[in-house]
Amino acid sequence: MTPSQAQGPRFSPLSVVALAAWVALLVVLSVWMGQQAYRWLPVQASTAAPLVDGLFSFETAVGTFVFGGVVSVMAWVLLMHRADKYDESDAEPIEGNTRLEVIWTAIPLVLVMAIAVYAMRVNTTLGMLGPMEHIHLRSPVEDAGGYPGDRLPAEQVEVIARQWSWEFRYPGADVAATELHLAVNQPVTFRLVSDDVLHGIYIPAFRVKQDVIPGRAIDFNLTPTREGRYRLRDSQFSGTWFAANQADVVVESAADHQAWLQAAARQPLQSGISDASREFAQRGQSTKAGWATVPPAPPPQVNVPGSNTLPHDG
Amino acid sequence: MTLATFPASEPKPSWTRYFTFNTDAKVIGIQYIVLAFFFFLVGGLLAMIIRGELITPEADLVDRTVYNGIYTMHGTVMLFLFVFPVLNGLNNLLIPTMIGAPDMAFPRLNAVAFWLVPIFGVLLMSSFFVPGGPAYSGWWSYPPVSIQNPLGHLVSGQGLWLTAVALSGVSSIMGAVNFVTTIIRMRAPGMGWFRMPVFCWTALAAQSLQLIGLPSLTGGAIMLLMDLVAGTSFYDPAGGGDPVLYQHFFWFYSHPAVYVIILPVFGIFSELFPVYSRKPLFGYVYVAVASFIIVGLGLVVWVHHMFPSGVPEWMRNLFMFTTMLIAVPTGVKVFAWLGTLWRGKIRLTTPMLFCLGGLFNFVFAGVTGIMLATVPIDIHVSNTYFVVGHFHYVIYGAAVLGIFAAIYHWFPKFTGRMPYEGLGKVHFLLTFVGANLNFLPMHPLGLMGMPRRVSSYDPEFTFWNVIASLGAFLLGVSVIPFLLNMVSSWVRGPRATHNPWNAIGLEWLLPSPPAEDNFGEHVPVVLSRPYGYGSGEPLVEHQAEIEAALIQAEQLESAR
Repeated sequence: MTPSQAQGPRFSPLSVVALAAWVALLVVLSVWMGQQAYRWLPVQASTAAPLVDGLFSFETAVGTFVFGGVVSVMAWVLLMHRADKYDESDAEPIEGNTRLEVIWTAIPLVLVMAIAVYAMRVNTTLGMLGPMEHIHLRSPVEDAGGYPGDRLPAEQVEVIARQWSWEFRYPGADVAATELHLAVNQPVTFRLVSDDVLHGIYIPAFRVKQDVIPGRAIDFNLTPTREGRYRLRDSQFSGTWFAANQADVVVESAADHQAWLQAAARQPLQSGISDASREFAQRGQSTKAGWATVPPAPPPQVNVPGSNTLPHDG
Repeated sequence: MTLATFPASEPKPSWTRYFTFNTDAKVIGIQYIVLAFFFFLVGGLLAMIIRGELITPEADLVDRTVYNGIYTMHGTVMLFLFVFPVLNGLNNLLIPTMIGAPDMAFPRLNAVAFWLVPIFGVLLMSSFFVPGGPAYSGWWSYPPVSIQNPLGHLVSGQGLWLTAVALSGVSSIMGAVNFVTTIIRMRAPGMGWFRMPVFCWTALAAQSLQLIGLPSLTGGAIMLLMDLVAGTSFYDPAGGGDPVLYQHFFWFYSHPAVYVIILPVFGIFSELFPVYSRKPLFGYVYVAVASFIIVGLGLVVWVHHMFPSGVPEWMRNLFMFTTMLIAVPTGVKVFAWLGTLWRGKIRLTTPMLFCLGGLFNFVFAGVTGIMLATVPIDIHVSNTYFVVGHFHYVIYGAAVLGIFAAIYHWFPKFTGRMPYEGLGKVHFLLTFVGANLNFLPMHPLGLMGMPRRVSSYDPEFTFWNVIASLGAFLLGVSVIPFLLNMVSSWVRGPRATHNPWNAIGLEWLLPSPPAEDNFGEHVPVVLSRPYGYGSGEPLVEHQAEIEAALIQAEQLESAR
């Protein structure tokens, strides 16, 4: 299939048909790419995920059309408008076309504004669902009652990010763990704090990410929607063992979650997971040359260390 | 116009002038470019180590501390010691010759700005050898991790890094003052704003951004240095400081810095597409003016780097809109280049291939750029390999390819020798394939959730990382034909005429290489817009006589 556009200022019927067919083909390709886009992302395991993925799919389709259009013109020009060998002459001097300029200013303007409005709506929805609601001024009610629990009947989890470990505290159940356990379809409010440097809490399957900033406590809501084991990664560079600063997130049924909390509360405190501490201890014997590092914080003392090596769903 | 003004009758200047405090912009331009390519090799070597480490999931090639130092220095070297200097080199070569000026407005300041580059380059390189190793907190250098100073010494890698970045800022400000003044004050008679080549428009736009933005970064870096060595608490929460404040200082400059890099590359595309399509630039006025719309918008988008940092909802929405708007003037330029190619007489020379490849990569980067501007998508992919893929498409895929195009295109003008086409095409092929193989796999990795800056990763990311590493090694190989071409053409390439590409522009009315003072007293009077391909109108008064004199001088030279 090759498009055949007009060589003169007037378009022949055949070239219009060919151009329309090519555009139709591009549209089909774009829609198909938009569908494919879902497969490039991890499983959807939170209320935010379908909204983010829908937006990404839409932009993939639009982007495919734009990219495909530009590349089609480039390919056409390279095939059809090459100078003949030994042809040293110039082409016909077309200086510009104001109507075209107006069109290709207006169309992208409308397009990107439409995308921005769509994205802003998703922002608003996400804010109501939880994950986008974070930095806000504390009201007197909150000062008296702690978490904004009256808006969402959320489980409270305190997340402490350190160089380099994650600790999850469940104040209601008096449990601490280095593996995050959440009940499916129940909103949860994290209170994010850092003892040392910037960190980022990032759970790809939930499509959420939030920097953890020393000196601030950040409230952050989300609702998991799929049972399974997922990865939580540090997303803001935090020093030597940044890459190893990962934890697992287990989403389980409400009943299992209650059982886990009760069993965990009976466990004695022990050292939680800290790959950094383990590697740092081995480093003494290592012959590999390294540069300076701050030592890792000691592993947090928790009821349940959990695991960060089991197979996970994303 | 007499033959006496041409260098054919002058003694050949010694090559040793490239190692001296020379005030000729053409010497300084070549000094910048050669030094920048030295650091391109250093930064490239560091990239090879990064991709070597990432070809397997475990941290096994180098220690994690070493990996962090190397990725930090890769970004720093490539930006501050390669991209900015190489573009300043092109500015030095092209601005005076394109506008018909004898030199830059402040030649000695120009030389000082250049000589600061090797000084801070040595400073930065020396940080590899201080106790504790070089800076390791990324080229953003976010506090508090950047002020942790594990050994507690007064002289640390991070301290040297900050000093180098501050000096780089000073050098760039000096350069910007010079370029802006030269373009505003020293244009040839008859060269009104809308008779000025687009490269000069984009250089003026980019250098204006430097003047507005750099004080923010330089000031921010000095405050960080104070926190590091003098115990202040500008950004240290332990002392009441705010680490997020630094991010504002940093991105207020460092986002516009992307436009400082890409605008001159837009200029290069706008110069070269007309030459190799044999057509005027489509919509010249729109393309020129769009540069300044990009400047205005580029200054109000920086928070899009901080969407997950904890900024309020209204700020996220506002900066999403401004970021989206940048697509409009950028789109105007892309469509103008397509309009220029359309029904042209395309010549696939090496510089043209690099431009077409650069345009292809740039449009792809534009698509992922819109995705990144969208707050909910950005929340998922920010600080992942998706971003790394996106900006390498911009910086390597578009900007570096554009820089290569410029070097091949203007090489004959400033060396007097022709580069070899065959080697150039091999270089293009390896670069284009290598860059796409290297940077495309980073997008699926980021979508899957692989954070950037990691020295190890989960095994599910292995497949795409192996492909990316192979692409990187191909890019490593691609510099071999380039270096071979540059060295052998400069030493013994065929002699270049004054206008080997049959291009239109004041610089092509000078001999190759031009005399030290370019046109000297005989600056031609500009009669028309640039890019008059196919119009048959002369660019300057007495154009036929000037060209005849140049040809006569060339014949005299070859007869000797």
